[in-house]
Amino acid sequence: MLVIGVGNRLRGDDAAGPIVAERLAEMGIAAIERDGDGTRLLETMEGADEIVIVDAMRSGAAPGTIRRIDAVREPVPAGAFHYSSHAFGVAEAIETARAIGILPARLVLYGIEGARFDFGAPVDAAVAEAIAGVVSEIVGRD
Amino acid sequence: MSRVETRNPDRDAPGRVIKVDALARVEGEGALYVRVRDDLIEDVKFRIFEPPRFFEALLRGRPYSDAPDITARICGICPIAYMLGASRAMEDALGVVLDAPLEDLRQLIYCGEWIESHVLHAAMLHAPDFLGMPDAFAFAKANPDAVKAALRLKKLGNTILEAVGGRAVHPVNLAVGGFYRAPKKHELQALLPEIEFGIEASATLAKAFAGFDFPDFDYDYTCVSMRSDKAYAIEEGRLVSNRGLDIPVAAFPDHFFEEHVAHSNALHGRMRDGSPYLVGPIARYNNNAGQLSPAARDLAREIGLGATVTNPFKSILVRMVETFHACEESLRIVAGYEEPERARMPIEPRAGKGSGVTEAPRGICWHSYELDDEGRIVGATIVPPTSQNQPQIEADLACVIARNLDLDDEALKWRCEQTIRNYDPCISCATHFLDLTVDRV
Repeated sequence: MLVIGVGNRLRGDDAAGPIVAERLAEMGIAAIERDGDGTRLLETMEGADEIVIVDAMRSGAAPGTIRRIDAVREPVPAGAFHYSSHAFGVAEAIETARAIGILPARLVLYGIEGARFDFGAPVDAAVAEAIAGVVSEIVGRD
Repeated sequence: MSRVETRNPDRDAPGRVIKVDALARVEGEGALYVRVRDDLIEDVKFRIFEPPRFFEALLRGRPYSDAPDITARICGICPIAYMLGASRAMEDALGVVLDAPLEDLRQLIYCGEWIESHVLHAAMLHAPDFLGMPDAFAFAKANPDAVKAALRLKKLGNTILEAVGGRAVHPVNLAVGGFYRAPKKHELQALLPEIEFGIEASATLAKAFAGFDFPDFDYDYTCVSMRSDKAYAIEEGRLVSNRGLDIPVAAFPDHFFEEHVAHSNALHGRMRDGSPYLVGPIARYNNNAGQLSPAARDLAREIGLGATVTNPFKSILVRMVETFHACEESLRIVAGYEEPERARMPIEPRAGKGSGVTEAPRGICWHSYELDDEGRIVGATIVPPTSQNQPQIEADLACVIARNLDLDDEALKWRCEQTIRNYDPCISCATHFLDLTVDRV
């Protein structure tokens, strides 16, 4: 299993993915950070058996809401994850991987609803709690 | 993601407004506002609200040698444009001339950047426009093999950046005066099979894209690009236009200026007479197509490009011709590569002024610096391509809208988005999402 934490540490709650990856890596779990460049995610997904992606979400839900999507069984709603620095983001990468037949056998996406995405903003308290929640759940899987 | 909303801004006059809160498939955040009264366009504003980042101010007081690595952070797609523009300017100020093999390595890493940037835009972001597809993955579903080839081709670009620059995003091996370490011959030789693939794949993609239905639109552009006596200019040359301009790099401010406009956080670049101008793939092609490799010229002819291109929607084809050329150029450099005697020229810091320009994937990117006795930066000016193209994007939009007023709001919005994507605008460089508002009063 490889965990990919997607986001930008400098933009408030967009740091959620990278923080999850950092904590898991400290525990000895294979975890890396990535920005929102979908084509690089595709390269990482190709040939992998099991991937877990964690990304901040802006879907309109309450900050700190955790959404778990089994991306092998269901499509990823593009709108919730468009907050990446580039327009070809996580949702596009996963759906492109499905379309060209390189989707890993197991692919789970955790979305953590953010409150603020401004430059330099602190991580919201509810988001910090959700980060801890996602970390425990992934550790539980491993 | 694009959201569309129709409202009436003025209760006294019947009319309509089209508003798109986020233009997809562009780099950065921006907005478009259009007001139409009695079928006449009163106002077109392309707004960039990506916050300014004040790079020029934070460079002040730093040593000249920091400029490439700091300015690289302006963009994650085209860091080489900033690193080499800054390096050229510093070398101009410090009287440094690079050994020929180091120039070749710079050309090679720049080819890598053109390949990854052009292919990302053309195949993943722009091509879906011509098939009426809202998402990149809809295009992937219909054309899985083309998308697989495009991804592999883009990866070649990144691999070239890694081999020469140490890593793909914000490379760490480029310095004023050359490189911290010259790549080993076997490291570059290892790229050859993928470069051979790249030559074939870029031609195949170019021919596939040539079958698209391009909107009927032409514009008599003032095309501004670099020109070199040696080759299709990428990272070395003077500045020229298709209207007879031919100036040294340092003379840029005498002929062009940037102005702050109330509606955008990015400066707008104009000619001194106030007119807009075009930079980027079409400008380069129109000025320098004769210097493309013979096979690249053949490819351009085969996919229907004439001596000059006046339809901005065909920029996708020019990007693929340039990608093909960049693959051929990479092959030439890698095949002839011998490890240089020294990776970096010796530099003595001194006071001075210097300017440098390179052809970023989106067009010329001009840098100018002033240094004190110890080589610290006293003043910095950086003019990125998207700032320069902004007035031209607005001019294109005005023409496109005027011709398409019969379209309904949704279709007109779509055509405006396409018009903007022709430019592969890097909004984050110029100062992320785009709002589109069309007011029909």
